[in-house]
Amino acid sequence: MASEKYDVAKHVLVPKHTKLSEEESQKVLDKFNVTARQLPKISKTDPTIKELDTKPGDVIEIERKSPTVEKTKFYRVVSSA
Amino acid sequence: MHEDLAREYKGKIPETLLKEFEKQSEDFKLSKADAKKVLEKLEARYLASKINPGEAIGIITAESFGEPSTQMTLRTFHFAGVAEAQISLGLPRLIEIFDARKEIETPLMEIYLKSPYNSNADEKKLEKIIAQIKEINMEEVATSISLNLTKMHVEIRLNKKRMKDLEVSDASVLKQLKISIKTSDFEENGEFIVATPKSKENTLPLLYMLKEKIKEVTVKGTEGIKQVLPVNRNNELVLLATGSNLKKILEIDEVDATRTTTNDIFEIQKVFGIEAARNAIIHEALRVIQDQALEIDIRHIMFIADLMTTTGVIKGITRSGITGEKESVLARASFETPIVHIMNASLIGEVDMLNSVIENVLLNQPVPLGTGLPGLVTKMKKGD
Repeated sequence: MASEKYDVAKHVLVPKHTKLSEEESQKVLDKFNVTARQLPKISKTDPTIKELDTKPGDVIEIERKSPTVEKTKFYRVVSSA
Repeated sequence: MHEDLAREYKGKIPETLLKEFEKQSEDFKLSKADAKKVLEKLEARYLASKINPGEAIGIITAESFGEPSTQMTLRTFHFAGVAEAQISLGLPRLIEIFDARKEIETPLMEIYLKSPYNSNADEKKLEKIIAQIKEINMEEVATSISLNLTKMHVEIRLNKKRMKDLEVSDASVLKQLKISIKTSDFEENGEFIVATPKSKENTLPLLYMLKEKIKEVTVKGTEGIKQVLPVNRNNELVLLATGSNLKKILEIDEVDATRTTTNDIFEIQKVFGIEAARNAIIHEALRVIQDQALEIDIRHIMFIADLMTTTGVIKGITRSGITGEKESVLARASFETPIVHIMNASLIGEVDMLNSVIENVLLNQPVPLGTGLPGLVTKMKKGD
């Protein structure tokens, strides 16, 4: 569904989003000692994950550019809303 | 110098610090043993400056914002001279951002252009681009829009000269009218365009309404963009636009879709997603603070932006936003409109587990903060 003329992922405000496999997401959850429900959420209709083929419950890894530590990883779980 | 040492510490301390270390170690020509000592100290200091579990960071952020913003109110309203464009600044704007208002007072876009168009050279081309961006509505191209009461229709007389200047054709005007207002028929009739409502009960108020509607039809450009102002910024031509319509603007060919932004955070969320909205909140809040020459650590702003975006949509710091999301009845009641919250809670029999801070303050109990957070578990000796 490439209806837009512009590429959302290329915008300066948009960090890189990747979908984690089940193993990888389990690793992340273990690292922070949380359940998927406790992670911050990202809407399943979010334009950044449209092309990642996600379903609710998937963990998305976000590579943020941070003014304090340059690069950090952030995780969000796809919510059903 | 000492890259191998630095590599060892990768992941243990942030990259900004490592870069600084590499730069400094070169400047001071550190020996390997010294460099190692520095890194050890660096790691220790970094770990020591981390926030402890149970630290009340919310209140630290609140205070860090609260104190400088009292200064801001005093300074906001007195400006000398003329600004480029009227924009809301200072405390009102900060409140607007953190309350996550849907309708912001002064929507503003920064439109960047693609490479050949962003130099000052080609004025003709620039005018054409601006014509695509700026909204032109019926009122601007019509000399008169009048009611004909005997025939019960609206007559629109077009300003041909103005239309030629703006490069709007008769046909496109007619087309836009037909698309925008589906409830009436439009016909070209000599000098006029005649609009007749389709409904059979053709009354005077209906005709008046039609006239007002016609005035606001966009015949050319992007809906919502009221004014466009080209400015020179770092040797680059940037268009500042009052009004905001991010989606439509990005679809224009000459616009650089990788840098063009708006100050409307909800539009950014809709077009670029929640992470971009978080960045926009940080950016907008930081701009207000820097405009006022105040200093608030960016970590506080990042924290608020994180908080506003954890649910996947922007939530303001209001009773309908993040405070309304709180589990505890007493916590919600202690923020705003207590009676409403307590009444609703009692109607459905809500239970308060007293898990958080504010409800325990209300009940004069130890709060789960700092040393109050961890519970102690004792291992009893068997047989005792």
